[in-house]
Amino acid sequence: MTTESSLDPTAAVLDEIVPAGEPWMGVVRKGQHLRIVDLEGNQAVDTLFYSAATMEERYSASDTVRAQGNLYLTTGTRLLSNEGNAMLQIVADTCGRHDTLGGACSAESNTVRYALEKRHMHSCRDNFLLALARADCGLGKRDLSSNINFFMNVPVTPGGQLTFADGISAAGRYVEMRAEMDVIVLISNCPQLNNPCNAYNPTPVRLMVWDAPGASTS
Amino acid sequence: MSSRPGQQTYLWEEDLHSGSHWSGIIRRGTTLRMTDVDGGANVGALFYNHEDRLERYNMADTLKAQHTAYLTKGFVCYSDMGRILCSITEDTCGWHDTVCGVSNGALVADKYGTTRFEEQRNGYYKNGYDSFLNELGKYGLGKRDIVPNVNFFSKVTVGHEGQLYFRPGGSKPGNYVDLRFEMHTLVVLSTCQHPLDPEPSYHPRYVRLLATATGPAPAKDACRERCPENERGFRNTEMLYAS
Repeated sequence: MTTESSLDPTAAVLDEIVPAGEPWMGVVRKGQHLRIVDLEGNQAVDTLFYSAATMEERYSASDTVRAQGNLYLTTGTRLLSNEGNAMLQIVADTCGRHDTLGGACSAESNTVRYALEKRHMHSCRDNFLLALARADCGLGKRDLSSNINFFMNVPVTPGGQLTFADGISAAGRYVEMRAEMDVIVLISNCPQLNNPCNAYNPTPVRLMVWDAPGASTS
Repeated sequence: MSSRPGQQTYLWEEDLHSGSHWSGIIRRGTTLRMTDVDGGANVGALFYNHEDRLERYNMADTLKAQHTAYLTKGFVCYSDMGRILCSITEDTCGWHDTVCGVSNGALVADKYGTTRFEEQRNGYYKNGYDSFLNELGKYGLGKRDIVPNVNFFSKVTVGHEGQLYFRPGGSKPGNYVDLRFEMHTLVVLSTCQHPLDPEPSYHPRYVRLLATATGPAPAKDACRERCPENERGFRNTEMLYAS
């Protein structure tokens, strides 16, 4: 379901561009809103969340889809942790459908899916691993569970076939979520060149954060 | 313990109690048959490379490589390192869920009520998440190692708008599935009910495990030849064991 946000872009406390193929890591506090804008359209944004207080608590794709009885993420979806707690809730979405089944690309999965010669190509898992290593926060490969792919379209048919379809996103579409706890956000702005998840052309995205209404501006 | 292709040598069997958890090392070349003796069972399963437990079953890579959202005969289970942990060589059930995960304590208490060992003794209600933690803890693993699991014997279909539909009766009495292990694998199982099972009462079922020595995938093999992706996955796997 597509819904718009009423937040004023000029009031954002963070407003950054993540170039195509780059990682991003940061903290979003309880009550803050995080918006991801698909600037040029059809750009997969691979995303994981960890509780800032207890990093063993993290986003769980299976708990999220099972609890809402639906495979796709959109407005109203509560992004649940492995402990069953809501980490964030999607409060606005002008795309309408986001994936949490398709995971992240890696050098190794590229060899399986495309060709052995694709091993060298840049991947989301390399982004995740490098961002976690640089952050030196105690997280690593062990902590890379199934992620969200914002703006990615991975339809499943009633017969159980899974396809990577052309995106339903477009330039300027966004998804916005409200944090229900302090969360660490780990993003890979997907560099995949071998399938239509990025329309074969990875592009930048914009990240924006707003404080909770009534929060102190210190 | 080696076998010629097509030859099967009995190794062991064990009944896995309803609502219980189990783990074990299953070696490359061993086939594990799981039989849903009474029908209606669910077996939550996770797989780890026994020699490097950072390498584990990866739902997304399994589904993407084979363009499927469910598993049955002919499909394989991929690790996150582009290798094949096990192949599904026989399946009389037809559909195994990959997306719904396991129950947890809150879900089981909400659906079936609260029980404690003090009153129910070993009849207290188990849940899939704690079952996995119990088994993983025996190997120094824990919450960080739990990823989306396979739910053998459970059928969940997806509607056009993404709705998840649990299909009761997905597994009949005597249905079985054969997993031929292509890697030395730590196997973690839970026989708790599927988290979307609409049955109002706590009623998990038991399954029978039977291990035979069959050898890993031969050169000509239905799982290997299913798609070019699987041929490359087997190539990656065989590199690991080349000597």
